[in-house]
Amino acid sequence: MTTLQPPAAAEPRPAPPPARRDRRSWTGWGFIGPFVAVFALVFLAPIAYSIYLSLFRDQLIGGTTFVGLDNYTQALKDERFWDSLGRVTLFLLIQVPIMLGIALLAALALDSGRLYGKSFFRITIFLPYAVPAVVATLMWGFMYGTKYGLVGDINGAFGVTLPDPLSPDLVLASIGNIVTWEFVGYNMLIFYSALRVVPHSLYEAAEIDGAGQFRVITAIKLPAIRGALVIATIFSIIGSFQLFNEPSILRPLARNAITTDYTPNFYTYSLSFNGQQHNYSATVAIIMGLITMVIAYVVQLRGMRKGA
Amino acid sequence: MSSPLTTASPAAPAEPAGPGRRAPRLRRPRGGHQPGRPKRSVLLTVLASLVVLYTVVPLIWLAVNATKTQSGLADSSGLWFARDFALWDNVRETFTYDDGVFTRWLLNTLLYVVLGAGGATLLAVLGGYALAKFAFPGKRGIFALVIGAVAVPGTALAVPTFLMFSKMGLTDTPWAVIIPSLVSPFGLYLMWVFATEAIPTELLEAARIDGAGEARTFFRVALPLLAPGIVTVLLFTTVATWNNYFLPLIMLKDPDWYPLTLGLSAWNSQAETIGGDVIFNLVITGSLLTILPLIAAFLLLQKYWQSGLSAGSVKE
Repeated sequence: MTTLQPPAAAEPRPAPPPARRDRRSWTGWGFIGPFVAVFALVFLAPIAYSIYLSLFRDQLIGGTTFVGLDNYTQALKDERFWDSLGRVTLFLLIQVPIMLGIALLAALALDSGRLYGKSFFRITIFLPYAVPAVVATLMWGFMYGTKYGLVGDINGAFGVTLPDPLSPDLVLASIGNIVTWEFVGYNMLIFYSALRVVPHSLYEAAEIDGAGQFRVITAIKLPAIRGALVIATIFSIIGSFQLFNEPSILRPLARNAITTDYTPNFYTYSLSFNGQQHNYSATVAIIMGLITMVIAYVVQLRGMRKGA
Repeated sequence: MSSPLTTASPAAPAEPAGPGRRAPRLRRPRGGHQPGRPKRSVLLTVLASLVVLYTVVPLIWLAVNATKTQSGLADSSGLWFARDFALWDNVRETFTYDDGVFTRWLLNTLLYVVLGAGGATLLAVLGGYALAKFAFPGKRGIFALVIGAVAVPGTALAVPTFLMFSKMGLTDTPWAVIIPSLVSPFGLYLMWVFATEAIPTELLEAARIDGAGEARTFFRVALPLLAPGIVTVLLFTTVATWNNYFLPLIMLKDPDWYPLTLGLSAWNSQAETIGGDVIFNLVITGSLLTILPLIAAFLLLQKYWQSGLSAGSVKE
């Protein structure tokens, strides 16, 4: 028995936690102050300003007037806004599970130790993350093209006519494919990093208990990385609601499929920069921000509670 | 204002447990594991290869098509080379087209990365260290604020930020891109978790007892221990800045200040304008040139950032 003890004793006996650092002081502010200052300028001030903006309206006659919540009631009745919100909701309901599912399976495969050439897989699948959304979209946009692209090649080689990925019916799925491509590897790595720090003693115990691979995954691995799963889900939801880059860069190729109010974000952008409706644009942005936060919060609550 | 942020704060309790709680420190859990090394599986490798295929084919497409001329692009198969190999011509033309504006964009991007990502990393390291190793008034509030900030869609902030900056006369200057890049909530979070793990508090106490000031303790004792975490955060903020598109798009009018991303999309849409020069070969070659530095950085620094990332998930 005693032979098992030394390692623990040899560790510089961790000081009893409570004694650690009870005196609070302002020293920490010296270090975090700069972050907080810039944060206030870049996050808090714009939020405050946009709330302020959303309460006014800029009219041709009469200039800027206070209108209270009028902009909000207008937005809630705005079909263009709801259409765009519906579109990104549909997008995230389909794209996010697919992306995270592939990422999770890949992470579990890496973690299982059963792959040949594991580090090759890890880095190659991650690589698209280093590719800017602009380049990813340009690239896929070319590939989707029936003229230069792979779709055109396949049509030519097999004498078939594949459905056009840039047609109004399919363009949302095509965008989903680009986003999946960009972030599968990133999410895989987040999951894999979380899996790596699961204590191996748990697996050994499971092995002794005769648990199979599948059981180990469902009973140990998934619960252990639940935090990572929740975080990845939240980030993906936020990302879907913010969708802008991919549709805006793809638009020149699919003008009739991608409108300037295709996503809420695209809509606020167009309102502000093509329509000069800054106040209304701020209102839509705030509503989107609130919706995003509520959903992110609900996901977090549910995710944390499940099986806890 | 702070209202949307405090909405998110109830979420906080789930998180701070990590860094705050003193888990029995598990040294790398690998090491002494012998029993039943799993057998390698061909089937699993094949399945994973399908995912690799998916991620790599577009990159191969990009590399192959960067070797083609404008006409070669049109009449050759997408996944194989055209008859003429024009890669070097394309590269040369990419750099010289329009008085070498691509070079200008590259330099701009580097500027934004050095100041933006460098600054963001610095702020995240300092802040993460403070959160991990000091008790100070307002600490919980900052936590709530930062977690809340992650939930605020960055683009919801874009329009008001633009209007604010334009009042301050900052739009259409590099500062409009650099200043917002300075804040990385994810970087702060990662640094916080990392510092909690990597710096034994006893070591800091020892340095202080030896009479080192806070700054000296930080630079001499803490900073070296934080290296893998710093590399990780630096790499991720670099990607964020290098790949940034939306922010420069709204902030910059003058193409002389464009980063590569914005420049490339401008070249791409040039084909649409009447009488515009169609230069898809340069768009493709420029895209390839844009991603190579980052891919190289990720490959070269693999060892560091992957260990940094793993340490960052210890709190799970």
